[in-house]
Amino acid sequence: MTQILSFDAEDEYNAFITICREAEYGEGPLAGRGVAVKDNISTAGIQTTAGSRILEGYIPPYDAHVVGLLKSAGAAIVGKTNMDEFGMGTSTENSGFGPTTNPCDTNRVPGGSSGGSAAAVASGMVDLALGTDTGGSIRCPASYCGIVGLKPTYGRISRYGLIAYSNSLEQIGPMGQTVSDVSGLMEVISAYDFHDSTSYNAPYTHTPNAAAVEGLKIGVPAEYFGVGVDPAVAEAVRTAIGRLESLGAEAVPCTIPSMAYALAAYYVTCTSEASSNLSRFDGVRFGPESGRKKMWHDEFRGIRGEKFGREVQQRIMLGTFALSAGYYGKYYAKAQIARANVRADFERVLSEVDVICGPTMPAVAFAFGEKSDPLSMYLADILTVPANLAGVPAISVPCGTVDSMPVGLQIIGRHFEDELVVDTAFAYEQGGN
Amino acid sequence: MVSEKDVQGIANLADISLPAGELGAFTAQFNDILEYFDILDSVEQTSAGGTDLYNIFREDEVTPSLSQADALANAGESEDGYIKAPRVV
Repeated sequence: MTQILSFDAEDEYNAFITICREAEYGEGPLAGRGVAVKDNISTAGIQTTAGSRILEGYIPPYDAHVVGLLKSAGAAIVGKTNMDEFGMGTSTENSGFGPTTNPCDTNRVPGGSSGGSAAAVASGMVDLALGTDTGGSIRCPASYCGIVGLKPTYGRISRYGLIAYSNSLEQIGPMGQTVSDVSGLMEVISAYDFHDSTSYNAPYTHTPNAAAVEGLKIGVPAEYFGVGVDPAVAEAVRTAIGRLESLGAEAVPCTIPSMAYALAAYYVTCTSEASSNLSRFDGVRFGPESGRKKMWHDEFRGIRGEKFGREVQQRIMLGTFALSAGYYGKYYAKAQIARANVRADFERVLSEVDVICGPTMPAVAFAFGEKSDPLSMYLADILTVPANLAGVPAISVPCGTVDSMPVGLQIIGRHFEDELVVDTAFAYEQGGN
Repeated sequence: MVSEKDVQGIANLADISLPAGELGAFTAQFNDILEYFDILDSVEQTSAGGTDLYNIFREDEVTPSLSQADALANAGESEDGYIKAPRVV
C-alpha cells in the first residue's frame, strides 16, 4: 500500500536542486525512510539535471536501477541533491544551481561532487543518501561534512540510469550518518542488473561485524602521509589507525609508487570519457531546446557555450585534445598504462595486507573561492582517485577534527571485499564509544 | 604548449562556443593542466598495458521499453513521431 511521507525540512544549505515535499513510499526494509538521491541519478517523473543548466527541466521517463531498488525497499525519495555539474568538481561550487554550503561551517565548501547529498545527511535533513564517486565524489564530501560514504567495488552497483560522466571510473554508492546506515543502504542497491554490462552478480548481504578487525593487517602507504598532506590531518589519521591497532589490528608500512602519476592518469581518463559522453547534450532531445534557426553545428555550439559551465567546457576540451590524432599516444594511451600500474600496485599491497588506511582528503574543507584555479582543485583529489583507477572499494569514516572541521579516515580494500572495508570502518566507529 | 588558436580549434571540434574574452584565460589554464600531465611521460611502456577483461554480451531480444510518447516527451519539438533538429545543409 502506498503511503505519503511529508518532507518539510528547511533547505538552509542549498543541498537540494529539487525537493519532493510529498514523497510516496511502500513496504520494505526502508519503509517510510526519506532518502536523498544525487541529481545525476535518473528518477522517473522527477526533474534530473546532473547540476547542469543544459538539463534544466529534463524529466526522465524511467528510473535508474538503484532508484527502482530503493522504491522496492519502501524508501521515500525526498529530493534530488545538488552537485558539481555532471560530477566535475571537488567542492559543489561548479553547480549550475548555486553552491551547497558545509553544515559544519557555512563559509566552507561541503566537498564534491556529491556535496548536496553530504550536506543533506550532515544537517540531519535525511539520514540516508545516494552519491556517485568518479574520483572521490562520495568520500570527499563525506570527509568534509563528517559523515560516512562508501565507494563500492567497480561493478557492484548498476550504473543504469546514471547520467554518464566517466563510465570506467564511476560508481553509485551509499552515504549516511553511521556505518550501519551505509551498510543497510548498500544492501538495498547492490542487486545485479542486466542493463549494465559491467554489473557483476555479487549481491552485498552483510551485517557490520566489529570483530573482523582482530588480527587484521592494515597497510599504511607512505604516499598518503607525504608532501601535500596537512600534518594535522595526517596526525588525526595516525591516531585513528592507532585505535584500530588497540582493537587488535596490526599496521604495517607499505608504498604505492604509481601514486606519482595517478592523478594525471585519472584526469586524462575522465576528461577523455567525458568528451565522448557529453556530446549527447545538444538541446535537441532533452533539456532547453535550441532555436533551430542556424545550422547544426552553429546551433549546438551556441547552446553548449551558453548552458555548460566553465569547468565542464574545460574538461570536454581537455578530453577532446587528449584523444586527438597526434596526442592520443602521449596522453590517453600513457594514462591507461599508468592506470594498469596503479591497479597492479594495489593488488600487490593488498596481497600482503587486508586493507589500506590513510586520510580521505589531504586537508579539511577549504573556503569558498579558495581553489578558483582548476589545477589546485584537482590536486585535492590525489588520495581518492587511486581507488577509482584500481576499481577497489573505499570508505570514508569520520575520525576527529582539525580546526573544528571533520577529518575522514579512508579504508581501501580488495576487489569485492566491500564487506571487510565496512567492518573495519564499523570497528573504528564503535571503538570510540 | 598550445596556442589560443589551438584552443579555439579544440572548442570547435567539441562544439563549444567560447566567449571571445575568455579564450586567453582558457588557454592559460589549459597549458597549466597539460604541463601537469607531462608526468605521464615518465610512465614506462610495460606489459601491464593490456587488460584481461572481456566483453559481456547478451542476446538482442526485443523486450518492453519506452513508448514513443515517453521517448519524445523531453524533445524540444517533434513532428510525426520524429524529433525536430537543426538543419544539416
